[in-house]
Amino acid sequence: MSDAVVSNSDRQSTQPPHARSWLSRALDSDVFYSFRRSKLTMVAAAITVVFFLLAIFASVLAVQNPFDPAQLQLINSRISPLWTADGQSPFLLGTDEQGRDVFSAILYGMRISLAVGVAGVIFAGALGIGLGLVAGYFGGAVDGVIMRIADVQLTFPAILIALLVNGIAKSILGNRLDATSMLFVLVISIGLSFWVGYARTVRGSVMVEKNKDYVAAAQLIGLPAPKIMLRHVLPNTMGPILVIATINLALAIITEATLSFLGVGLPDTMPSLGTLIRIGNNYLFAGEWWIVAFPGLALAALILSINLLGDWLRDALNPKLR
Amino acid sequence: MLAFTLRRAVQAIGVMFAVGIIAFSMFRFAGDPVNQIVSIDTSAAERAIVRKSLGLDDPVPVQFVRYFADAAQFKFGVSYQFRQPVSALLSERMPATLELAICATVFAMVFGILMGVYSALKRDTVLAKLFQAVSLIGISLPTFLIGILLIYLFAVTLGWLPSFGRGEVVKLGWWTTGLLTLSGLKALIMPSITLGLFQMTLIMRLVRAEMLEVLRTDYIRFARARGLTTRAIHFGHALKNTLIPVITVAGLQFGSVIAFSIITETVFQWPGMGLLFVQAVQNVDIPIMAAYLLMVSLIFVTINLVVDILYTVVDPRLRATVGRAT
Repeated sequence: MSDAVVSNSDRQSTQPPHARSWLSRALDSDVFYSFRRSKLTMVAAAITVVFFLLAIFASVLAVQNPFDPAQLQLINSRISPLWTADGQSPFLLGTDEQGRDVFSAILYGMRISLAVGVAGVIFAGALGIGLGLVAGYFGGAVDGVIMRIADVQLTFPAILIALLVNGIAKSILGNRLDATSMLFVLVISIGLSFWVGYARTVRGSVMVEKNKDYVAAAQLIGLPAPKIMLRHVLPNTMGPILVIATINLALAIITEATLSFLGVGLPDTMPSLGTLIRIGNNYLFAGEWWIVAFPGLALAALILSINLLGDWLRDALNPKLR
Repeated sequence: MLAFTLRRAVQAIGVMFAVGIIAFSMFRFAGDPVNQIVSIDTSAAERAIVRKSLGLDDPVPVQFVRYFADAAQFKFGVSYQFRQPVSALLSERMPATLELAICATVFAMVFGILMGVYSALKRDTVLAKLFQAVSLIGISLPTFLIGILLIYLFAVTLGWLPSFGRGEVVKLGWWTTGLLTLSGLKALIMPSITLGLFQMTLIMRLVRAEMLEVLRTDYIRFARARGLTTRAIHFGHALKNTLIPVITVAGLQFGSVIAFSIITETVFQWPGMGLLFVQAVQNVDIPIMAAYLLMVSLIFVTINLVVDILYTVVDPRLRATVGRAT
């Protein structure tokens, strides 16, 4: 590890950093070096990238659109996977009760799971970072109120808060709640359950950063507080935020899958991986294991690889461990 | 010490008050209680009478005080879907949830400590590596997938254990228990493992880390120098010192276990409070949701308070620092 640091600084001394492209600097960084050293991390990253690509190009790769009832034929229902005795082409992983191709359903479900997960993380991040910046920068009573709320919320598990927000949204929206607005409800439930981690981290870093000279300088030349917070203080707190966001993505996907599995998330007409697992669970006793097994496997692999990435990122960005 | 206890108690009451406001606003504003009681063709005049009889015309603070006073006597209103008092529904299902949560915690403690001690003492063996891998998977896999996997293995394929329900239960006063019948015990196995697995991995990692830490300290070296047997050193001295944080974590986690039993109870159709809560969210049964929130918060806040106070009793060093920090 120390060799790399030396060689890095050697090269930097001969060539100023701004003369090189963004990409070559990234490939030369300590973080990328530690990435190349860890085979497990590379495998996890590859799996994550493949899953994202599968989700993005779902409509190209899938043999049918599982959301379109016109493309489903009951004659194709309950076909077992291709390699078993009763398997039929083109249904690689078999079909479910309604003749839905399990592989296509997983691709589309993955797309929804990832979309809700990413949107939930962005929402939680924006909320948490905003509140954390305000609390850390201004301190005093504002800080007290925000952090007390954070403390209280931290005592409760995220899934319970997500369920409550979900239930309240349902009772307010009533019958107007369709599959699309359910997406937003899920994103909001996840965002409100996970903002605390960001807020606490950002507040901590801001309280350290705000006493440094560059902030005083920015205040002296008369920059407004929002600009100082966003343009000058926030970039210096990004490392830990990135780690939290990665680990949070896995948690957000689990939370969405759990809510959908419990029957309070996405409906059967717009299934995420969690919904697919709930549907498939009903056919487990009939011996049709593939309807639940493959969505479950996809979800587990996705979460495991994102978690491994998050673990690696935490160690790689932590200068104490170098 | 007394000041610390008092401050913590005041904080706990503050939290309960905040949760109470949330529960009350849900009860009062999210969904009109009148609509849930009358039928669609009830006239406006009759609705007004119902509204008045429920006290919904009073000022909001008055209603809040009334809701709080009722809640303190465990009166949470009537469930929309069951048409029964919420308190009766909850107390009927509480034994199932508590029994499951206790069994899961015991499972997590026993196996977590055993596996943690083993992987600390025999760090480089294959079995210890396997435990580490299992713990990573245990943290990564969603609870409901583990439950489904267990059901497929032990209920569908092998047919050894029941896949749903509590089995036969015995009534002891108002408490019902599945611990006294064979079918009840069999029904407890899979839900307890599913619910306790996450806590088990947590405890295992904690015990392993603490044991490795303690084994490096001087008093362990002196114990070896005194010629004590390895067993006495490992279990009499090292393990004993790792147990304080373990018990704290297990205690604090008990609240989470109860909350996470929502998922396990749904997978195994376990007739507890969690299943009731999920059904309430599905059917927008606000009184049950509000009451569940209050009950679970009370359990959480009480556990946190007790653990905090016990901690300062056990470890006097904390009293000074905690007092200064707040």
